[in-house]
Amino acid sequence: MQSTIFAPWEDPEAKPLIRFQNVTKRFGTFTAIDDLSLDIYEKEFFALLGPSGCGKTTMMRMLGGFENPTEGRIELAGKDISGVPPNKRAVNMMFQSYALFPHLSVWDNIAFGLRRDGRPKDEVAARVAEMLKLTRLEKFGRRKPHQISGGQRQRVALARSLAKAPKLLLLDEPMGALDKKLRQDTQFELMDIQEKTGTTFVIVTHDQEEAMTVASRVAVMDEGKLIQVATPDRIYESPENVYVADFIGDVNIIEGRATLEGEETYRIDWAEGEAPLRATSSTRLDNGQSCFLAIRPEKVTISPERPEGAVNAVHGKVLDIAYLGNISTYHVELASGTVIKAQAANTRRISRRSFTWEDPVWLSWTVTGGVLLAG
Amino acid sequence: MNRLSWFNTVSLTLGFAFLYIPMLILVIYSFNASKLVTVWAGFSTRWYGELLHNEAFLDAAWVTLKVAVFSSSIATVLGTMAAYVLVRGSRFPGRTLFSGMIYAPLVMPEVITGLSLLLLFIGIGLDRGVLTIVLAHTTFSMCYVSVVVSSRLISFDKSLEEAALDLGCSPAQAFRLVTLPIIAPAVISGWLLAFTLSLDDLVIASFTAGPSATTLPIKIFSSIRLGVSPEINALSTVMIAIVAVGVIAASLVSKRSLVRQKKDEQAAERAQ
Repeated sequence: MQSTIFAPWEDPEAKPLIRFQNVTKRFGTFTAIDDLSLDIYEKEFFALLGPSGCGKTTMMRMLGGFENPTEGRIELAGKDISGVPPNKRAVNMMFQSYALFPHLSVWDNIAFGLRRDGRPKDEVAARVAEMLKLTRLEKFGRRKPHQISGGQRQRVALARSLAKAPKLLLLDEPMGALDKKLRQDTQFELMDIQEKTGTTFVIVTHDQEEAMTVASRVAVMDEGKLIQVATPDRIYESPENVYVADFIGDVNIIEGRATLEGEETYRIDWAEGEAPLRATSSTRLDNGQSCFLAIRPEKVTISPERPEGAVNAVHGKVLDIAYLGNISTYHVELASGTVIKAQAANTRRISRRSFTWEDPVWLSWTVTGGVLLAG
Repeated sequence: MNRLSWFNTVSLTLGFAFLYIPMLILVIYSFNASKLVTVWAGFSTRWYGELLHNEAFLDAAWVTLKVAVFSSSIATVLGTMAAYVLVRGSRFPGRTLFSGMIYAPLVMPEVITGLSLLLLFIGIGLDRGVLTIVLAHTTFSMCYVSVVVSSRLISFDKSLEEAALDLGCSPAQAFRLVTLPIIAPAVISGWLLAFTLSLDDLVIASFTAGPSATTLPIKIFSSIRLGVSPEINALSTVMIAIVAVGVIAASLVSKRSLVRQKKDEQAAERAQ
C-alpha cells in the first residue's frame, strides 16, 4: 500500500515543502481563512476539500501568488513567499476554466511558459514534445483550443502547467467541466502523471469522491478552518467529528448519551423504547455526556431475523429502496420514527431480492462498526 | 423560411424607406446630367469626373483622411488604456467618478466641446490647423473607443491573464501577449468607430480648424451655403460607398470567423 511506504507527515524529521503558519486572510470584514496552519510535503497529492465558500480556493490562490495573506506566513521550501508575484514563483496552476490562450495553438500554449524563461528553441521544442507525449496529445499540437474536445482541453491545460517542471502544481477543480465517465478516467491519468513526474500536487475540489480517489492526504475545510487533515481511509473510517462524518460519504447519525461500561466500551441510550447501543471509543467520554454515533450504511447488515449474538440490533420496516445497480440502499423506519440506512450488495438478480417495501427487518452492526463522537 | 406577415412587411418597408429614401435620392441625383440639382436631365457620370479636378475638395479630403487616421489611432491607444484601468484596475479612490467622467463626452453637446477646445487652444497659443483638429477629435472619440473596449474586457475571462502571469509573464508582457491579441477585434472596431466619427465631424472641426486646414465636412457645408451643386452629390455618394463597403466587410469578416469557430467546436465534440 502506498500509505505505508509514503507517509512523510508521520516522520518528525521530514521538512515540509509548503508551510502555512497561522495564516489569516480577510477580504474587507469577511474572514476567508482563519488562523490556519498546515504542512504539505514533497511528492504529496494533497486535496483541499470543502463546500463552496469554505476558503479552499483562497488557499490555492495564496499559493499561486494571486492573493497575499493578511497575517501569518507561507513558506515554500523554507522560504517565505508572501509578496512574491506569481511570475517569480516555482509554482504553476491549472485553472478551473483551463484558461487556454484561444489565439495560440496547443503547441504554442504549452511552449508559452518555456519561452518566457528565454530557453533555447530546440530545448523548448523537446520539452513541448515530451509534454504532448505525456498527455497523449501528439496529434493535436497544431490545433487551436476551440478545435479540440473538452477532455483534450483539460489535458492541454495540464501539459501547459507541467511544462516548466514546477516544484508545486496547483489544480483548481480540474475535472469540474468533465462528465462523470471521463472524470473517472482522468482521475487515474492524473495520479499516473503525478507519480511519473514526482511533482507535488495540491488539488481543490468539492467532490469528496474525487478527493478520496486521487489524494494521499485530504484536508476537510469549513468556514476558513481545517476540520480534519488525514489520509482518505482515516477521513472515512475515523472522522474526528460529526461535520467530517456527515460531509464524506453517506452516514447514519444517532444522537444519544454515553455511559462507560467496560474497557473503552460505552453504552448509548438514545431513544425511548429502543434498546441501548454499544460502541467503542479510544477518546474518553464522561458518563452521561451527549454523543453522536456515526454508522456507514455499508456497515449495517439487514436480515429477516434477529442475528444471534448481535451486539447492536434494531427492528423496523422497509420504507424505501434505492436501487443503484451494484448495491441497494434500504431506508428502514424504526418504531421510534428514526430512519436508518443500510446498504447491501445485489448479488442476486432484482426479481429474487429478499426484501421489499413494508417488510419487517432487523438491522445490526458490530461494536466497532460505528464511530462514537463527542457531542 | 417563414414568410413575413403583412403587418411585419409593412413595418419593415416603412422603417427602411424612412432611413434610406433621402440617401437614395442623393445618389440618384449625383448621376444627373443637369447642372440644376432638382431637375432631372438624363444619366451622366460627369460630376464624378469634375470632382477629380477640384483641387479644393481634394485638399480637404486629404486633410480629413490625415486627421481621421491620426486621431483615431491616438484615441484607440488612450481609450484602450483607460478601459483597461477602469475594468481591471484595483479599486482606487474616485474610480466610480472616473468611469462616469469618461462617458460624459458622449452626451456633452458638441458645440460645448468645440468651444471649450477652442478656448484652450487660444489660451495656450496653439495655432489652429491639422494638429488642433487631431487633438480635438482624439478627445471626443477616445471615450467611444473605451466604451467598446471595456465592454469586451468585462466579458474577458480574467484567469487568462492570471495564467499568463503564472507562466512567467510580467504584467506588461501578459497584456501584450495575451490580453491584446484577444481583445484585438474590439480594439479594431473601436478604431473604425473613431475613424468614422472623425470623418463625419463638422461641429468640433469648425471650431478647431484654421485657415490652413479645412476638412471635407466643413468644405461641403460651406459650399452648400452657396447652393447645392451636383458635385456635392457625387462626393457624398462616394463617401456613402466607402462607408458601406467598410461596414459590410467588417461584419462579413467577424461573422465568418464566428461561424468557422462554431463548426470547429462541433466537430471537436463529435470526434471525442
